[in-house]
Amino acid sequence: MHEWALAEAVITAAKQVAEKEKLKEIREVTIKIGELQQVEEDILRFALSQLKPASFKNAEFTISKAKTTLKCRVCENTWLFSKSKLDEDTAEAIHFVPEVAHAYIKCPKCGSPDFEISEGRGVWLENIKGVR
Amino acid sequence: MDPRTTVIGERLRRISRIIAVSSGKGGVGKSLVATTLALSLSRRGCKVGLFDLDFTSPSTHLILGAKNVQPKEEKGLIPPKVNGLTYMSLVYFSRDQAAPLRGADVSNALIELLAVTQWGELDFLVIDMPPGIGDVVLDLVRLVKRIEFLIVTTSSLLAFETVKKQVRLLLDLKVPIIGTVENMKRGKADDIERETEKLGVKFLAEVPFDPELEDAIGDVAKLLGTVFAQTIRELAASDITQ
Repeated sequence: MHEWALAEAVITAAKQVAEKEKLKEIREVTIKIGELQQVEEDILRFALSQLKPASFKNAEFTISKAKTTLKCRVCENTWLFSKSKLDEDTAEAIHFVPEVAHAYIKCPKCGSPDFEISEGRGVWLENIKGVR
Repeated sequence: MDPRTTVIGERLRRISRIIAVSSGKGGVGKSLVATTLALSLSRRGCKVGLFDLDFTSPSTHLILGAKNVQPKEEKGLIPPKVNGLTYMSLVYFSRDQAAPLRGADVSNALIELLAVTQWGELDFLVIDMPPGIGDVVLDLVRLVKRIEFLIVTTSSLLAFETVKKQVRLLLDLKVPIIGTVENMKRGKADDIERETEKLGVKFLAEVPFDPELEDAIGDVAKLLGTVFAQTIRELAASDITQ
């Protein structure tokens, strides 16, 4: 259900962009979701369909997924996030606030928790297409 | 673009006042002042939320004795009630692990919590801030337009020097300052009161050093019976709710 709050943010942001660009009707909204937040695409799609206003009636939501790349700030090792290595409670905690990954994940090479989330953190609005 | 910031105003819409309890310096008692202020307002019949934004060193959950509580998922996260307060903290997710967050991570975690927390209707949201004038202060001023600051200092020059810098920053940012509280007061000197007023900021209260306070951590009934809480209660009754 957390996806609903994110869907509301996507719709609100898309409406703001549409107003700024003077778009009367939205045809396509492109969203990228980072693997780290483990957003359920089906729930996000359903929430978007329920929350979209009239000007989004014919809008298609394109959702692409991005792998999460983590980079150690100590040894510069780069690795991909994998949910399968986490227990259920930890995965859920990271789902709600991806930054708590720093409390649970360590660099597989040197063991440091000081890493950056280089790519694939959470929900990102990439593009909006519409007609004026 | 990051869509999350666009819903923050909506999430906070039904909150009448948002008070950040803050200090340029650590260890001055912000968390105890914030928690006791929130509890005092709640005991006066107000609907109150408490939001712990000290991500790397959260402590309000210990003061409240919060155990076995979690937010409920419902179109976001609904914080649980703890001792009558609608209570939110990163500790629900970081648990007892260290959360070593750098600036960008702090901003991201703050935006995430502001975007997903469903506070509902509140008279007051009291925020326990991390020490200093870094990312959380700047992000909150940017994202929460109605924020007011209550500043905590001690009688020490070391604390007050940083408080002066914080006051100047907030005045430059045109952020309302309710006033300052001089915590852990020892002696009778009124230097902090005079210096605060020179800055053009109201001196709200001096809170005597209370040796009983440490034993009241985790026990709200005991906490509210301390001399410390008595002073904060008077502050809640006068400068905050009047």
